[in-house]
Amino acid sequence: MLTKDQVRHVAKLANLSLDDEEVEKYSQQLSNILEYIEQLNEVDTSNIKPTFNVSDNVNVLAEDQIGTSLTQEQALANASVKKDDFFVTKGVFNE
Amino acid sequence: MSNNITSLSLVETIEALERKEFSEEDLNSAYLERISTLNEKLGIFLEVKKNTSGIPAGIKDVIITKDIKTTAGSKILSNFIPQYNATVVERLLTQNISIIGKTNCDEFAMGSSGENSSFGVTKNPWDLSKVPGGSSSGSAAAVSADLCVFALGTDTGGSIRQPASLCGVVGLKPSYGRVSRYGLIAMASSLDQPGSFTKTVADSRKVLEWISGGDTYDSNAKESKFIPSTTLKNLKGIRVGVPQEYFEEGLDKGVEKVIREAINKLEELGAEIVEVSLPHTEYAIATYYIIIASEVSTNLARFDAIRFGNSRDNFGSEPKRRIMLGTYALSSGYYDAYFSKAAKVRTLIKQDFEKAFEKCDVIVGPVSPTTAWNLGEKISDPLTMYLSDAYTIPASLAGIPGLSIPCGFSEGLPVGLQILGKYMDDETVLGVGEVYEQATNWRKEKPKL
Repeated sequence: MLTKDQVRHVAKLANLSLDDEEVEKYSQQLSNILEYIEQLNEVDTSNIKPTFNVSDNVNVLAEDQIGTSLTQEQALANASVKKDDFFVTKGVFNE
Repeated sequence: MSNNITSLSLVETIEALERKEFSEEDLNSAYLERISTLNEKLGIFLEVKKNTSGIPAGIKDVIITKDIKTTAGSKILSNFIPQYNATVVERLLTQNISIIGKTNCDEFAMGSSGENSSFGVTKNPWDLSKVPGGSSSGSAAAVSADLCVFALGTDTGGSIRQPASLCGVVGLKPSYGRVSRYGLIAMASSLDQPGSFTKTVADSRKVLEWISGGDTYDSNAKESKFIPSTTLKNLKGIRVGVPQEYFEEGLDKGVEKVIREAINKLEELGAEIVEVSLPHTEYAIATYYIIIASEVSTNLARFDAIRFGNSRDNFGSEPKRRIMLGTYALSSGYYDAYFSKAAKVRTLIKQDFEKAFEKCDVIVGPVSPTTAWNLGEKISDPLTMYLSDAYTIPASLAGIPGLSIPCGFSEGLPVGLQILGKYMDDETVLGVGEVYEQATNWRKEKPKL
């Protein structure tokens, strides 16, 4: 069971702002989903290695070569706020 | 004339153009005319390009296209104009394919019904009161309604195979790593794989040949390109596995009947039918939802409205739900219980297939437990919606190729047969599908629009 406080905490970690109605809804829906997921505990996975990738590619290397890339103008084309040809972000130290 | 043009397959279209039966301009105007009559009714294309040359293909809106608005079905990207093309798009363009439009889809490819798009619902061409399936809802409906020659989609847990089944077209999810993911707006990177919606299996083979192969921008893409080999004439010597787990509770009786008949047909065509077991099938959905939610929560962290897109308040409810679930599963103290556990069960699911393929060359069964359901029917209950992907998710977790091919109707709605193959053996999957397709007439059935 995911409490409303837990939902608010997770939302903060995920950088999502939820209103009270959403907190209520997700608390219920996520609890149902987590309850469903509990069934994985029935499976004995001792001595089983995890699978994170099925392609089996390991350390794919490439020559470090200079190629064409986006121009500064292109790279900034979709930014909603820009200043002096840079992206603008929130300040880290002086909010 | 125009109706004839738009009913042709990709291979037939190429041949007709070579014989100069019609021009590329005629071809494009025939499809554009059909789009202008039907698009509003069906909710398929979000953007339409009025080309006069090339062979028109629809591209799912999670695949980025240079200078063509790409939204992933999300308000967060409502004004996003990509600066470059996805590798799959770039490769199609070198084959004289043109983009006729961007197809509607569930937001960030999250959904099984097409109803999660922020830009309206796509309707099933066979019955406008039904869902087309998802998440590649528009691409499946576009091919079904003859609004493009073929379309690209993406499949993470069934998003190509399931809508192909519900809309009565051929849908191929290639082996993971067969096709580059560069330029897909990522959902779950360890599962995402681009593939095609086509009118025939021969068309799927052609598109796979074009889009497959190594890519320095995707380290998971295998160097070797898909090269079609000699096509099978019949199914003699082919062992077809039937997993009992795909025929248990939850499978609609009408769908089961059609699938059993298709299996009988495979036997008639020379295949040896063998029973196989995939004992961890029942855990696939739980495993899948932990893995994708976790990958989603990290992939969607990039939507911070700094380099592109609008603020995170614009996420719809399904992306938010998955981001929340994934963030929780990966948060301190829960990683071992959820993500790590799911990754281990994933190994067992993959091993199930490896063991089954010792006894057979392909595995067949239903794609979806039901035919297309009513619009609105499952939207308020996410868990019920998730359960509709029970037969497509296991193959996604194992990374193996899967094809959905039309195999009949239940109460007037299309049913797809799923054909699964060994990892990187896309050829046998396509070969078996093609023999079945040529021995049946299902592809000739078209929705009445």
